[in-house]
Amino acid sequence: MSAPMSFQPVLLWTDLLLFVLLAVALLAIVHVRGNEPLRAAWRKVGKRPTGMAAAAVLLAFVLVGLLDSLHYRPLLPAAQAEASAAGAETENGAEAAVDAEAATGAESAAGGQPGPVYSTEVLSVLDALLEPLRAQTEKTYSAPFAWQLYQREAMELPDGRQVRDYPRLVHGAAHLQEPEGERAADVAARVASGAGLAAVAWLLCFVVLATIVWQGSGLGWGQVALAMLTGHTVLAWRAALVTLAIILLIVGVCLELAPLYHVLGTDKVGQDVLYLSLKSVRTALVIGTITTLVMMPFAVALGIAAGYLGGWVDDAVQYVYTVLNAIPGVLLIAAAVLMMQVVIDTHPQWFDTAAERSDARLLALCFILGITSWTGLARLLRGETLKLRELEYVQAARAFGVGTPAILRRHILPNVMHIVLISLVMDFSGLVLAEAVLSYVGIGVDPTTISFGTMINLARAELAREPMVWWSLAAAFVFMFVLVLAANLFADVVRDAFDPRRS
Amino acid sequence: MLAYLVRRVLYAIPILIGVNLLTFVLFFVVNSPDDMARMHIGVKRATPEAIERWKADRGYDKPMFVNADAEGSARFTDTIFFDKSLRMFALEFGRADDGRDIGQEIRDRMGPSLAIALPTFVLSLFASISLALLLVFFRATYLDFWGVVICVAMMSISSLFYIIGGQWLVSKLWALVPISGYAPGLDATRFLMLPVLISVLAGIGSSVRWYRTIFLEEISKDYVRTARAKGLSELAVLFRHVLRNALIPILTGVVVVIPLLFMGSLLVESFFAIPGLGSYTIDAINAQDFAVVRAMVFIGSVLYIIGLILTDISYTLVDPRVRLE
Repeated sequence: MSAPMSFQPVLLWTDLLLFVLLAVALLAIVHVRGNEPLRAAWRKVGKRPTGMAAAAVLLAFVLVGLLDSLHYRPLLPAAQAEASAAGAETENGAEAAVDAEAATGAESAAGGQPGPVYSTEVLSVLDALLEPLRAQTEKTYSAPFAWQLYQREAMELPDGRQVRDYPRLVHGAAHLQEPEGERAADVAARVASGAGLAAVAWLLCFVVLATIVWQGSGLGWGQVALAMLTGHTVLAWRAALVTLAIILLIVGVCLELAPLYHVLGTDKVGQDVLYLSLKSVRTALVIGTITTLVMMPFAVALGIAAGYLGGWVDDAVQYVYTVLNAIPGVLLIAAAVLMMQVVIDTHPQWFDTAAERSDARLLALCFILGITSWTGLARLLRGETLKLRELEYVQAARAFGVGTPAILRRHILPNVMHIVLISLVMDFSGLVLAEAVLSYVGIGVDPTTISFGTMINLARAELAREPMVWWSLAAAFVFMFVLVLAANLFADVVRDAFDPRRS
Repeated sequence: MLAYLVRRVLYAIPILIGVNLLTFVLFFVVNSPDDMARMHIGVKRATPEAIERWKADRGYDKPMFVNADAEGSARFTDTIFFDKSLRMFALEFGRADDGRDIGQEIRDRMGPSLAIALPTFVLSLFASISLALLLVFFRATYLDFWGVVICVAMMSISSLFYIIGGQWLVSKLWALVPISGYAPGLDATRFLMLPVLISVLAGIGSSVRWYRTIFLEEISKDYVRTARAKGLSELAVLFRHVLRNALIPILTGVVVVIPLLFMGSLLVESFFAIPGLGSYTIDAINAQDFAVVRAMVFIGSVLYIIGLILTDISYTLVDPRVRLE
């Protein structure tokens, strides 16, 4: 028997859809490169400094999200595997079966033949990269950069006396002998070295970018590089470079500090808040993009069909979306999520791991949000198609005897795609914000899924404590603000570039 | 006009039937009452007797569409579909899980919901239109530019932040008003000031930007140039011409939500412990009280349809060219 793989890849449904989306985006880039009007429109986006800066920020978030979407189950060491298998045998009940069912390993181990046993915990590549952050948990809250726990505890001194004091953290600032005096200097030194690291990384990125821009420009490399720095290029490279510098600075400083301190503190169960914030990014991206992805085919098909065909098709589509619109969004979502939850809870056998179960809920939420939000896009597309079908080139095509499907595909669809694109980027920020609210109301993502909404929900009650526990709330809000602001700015630039009424 | 209104009301009936069928499918067909009972009681404690009792308590033990045991018209009336779905058209919502009558509860809670939603609505409409006119008056200046920047920034902040931050700053740090709670009568202002202020603040970014776009679209039209050519001052142009002509797109977005004010705001009511319909809905969602959620879905869609009809009527009031026929 060959040596077992050290991990078992896991493809969650939302991972699959995210990568489908990525593939579609790459295909779209190839398509845009060969299409002059589209290239011109995107060049308009690139000319605006806000567009480039926002795109740089969004790319950073997307990178985090994609790294967090490569899931796997690590191989358990032999001793743990036996314990896990034994646990699976003794524990009964539906829930235990879901959590303890360690793939096929449990069965083969029980049969006397030890096979590879994979953990029931699903990890991602991001988890592996952030291993120190994930593993270094404390007992409970601790403030950012703290070296002591938030709460007093009874401790035994070396001479046997009992005192109540703030205990040292297990990981945070644990490398310092006298934290009170040394911490400021240590942090400063690490910030400086982090900044140095960031500078090197930035220079590297700059050289690569400048070389890409320089290629085929016919100018000297130095000229191109200088023009990029002084903002004399056609595309707003300077804005992108400045944003990149800021992102790299933050990343560099965090790289230096995060393994030794809890930069953003820890939450109630002692998890690092920086880790939680980074994990939340994926949930936000999934909600913001997959929702639009799953509803787009319906919206496009129904909207165009209603507009072009008219008659009873139009009546039927309008009836459906009036009915869906008539129900206030939150209530429809609440009703649908409650029902999905019943389905998920009554069918535990569908899911191998807890991660798959919460992923199913996330996907269901995307579908439900999609069902409630496709009506707006469908109405816009219907209106635009009504206009297009009367234009000369469509009438000419009809007069030449071109069939309806061909007209829709060749003449109508390409000319309404800008509406689809605009609504895709415009909806994103709203959906990210909605996730937080829905999770607060209890109809959002699964409580075990790390998201901005669940972070806020858990941290909310702690504002009443004295001294206040503000860091997890602040972290969630700041991350969300940066993501949504970048998305809003990018959406505005894209709309300005693609909306024919605004040029 | 009367004929038009009658037609609109008649048109509302198929939509309400659609809403009703949709909720029925969601609540009873996607999941059987047995599934709901099992979930409600807890999977481990769900014995067949407990499930039967749960269903009997809520009237879910009847057949779905046709009751073969009953005589006459009771064959169709003594069913889940008739009891839980069709009775809603008569505004009979049955009882919540805590045994109280949902209809009565809704009537009691409308007052507090309106007390918070109405001032919010009026204030934010007034504030955002004034601010948008201000930005348009100073268009293409730094004031306009930074105004839009602030609007975009305010849009990007989660509404939860406004509520949590406002509660912390005003109620906890400055101790100006109580953190949460409600009292009937005039005493309520004390409790309502902060939530109203926060709701206005939370929505102002996007609405100012939206109104600004509408006004800017209007201002580039020919009649505005004519008005200026006549020698009208810019202020007179804005208020007498631009504002009045922009009313139609504004009304389209605004009038629809007026009836929905009865529903209250889910978040604000729940954070400030105001006993309105919004917090009622959230409590029902958290307690998985399906009957209440169903009732609120139905009421919400009735109010939305009323809003659509009111929008049409409002057009005739602001634009004499519009005739409803």
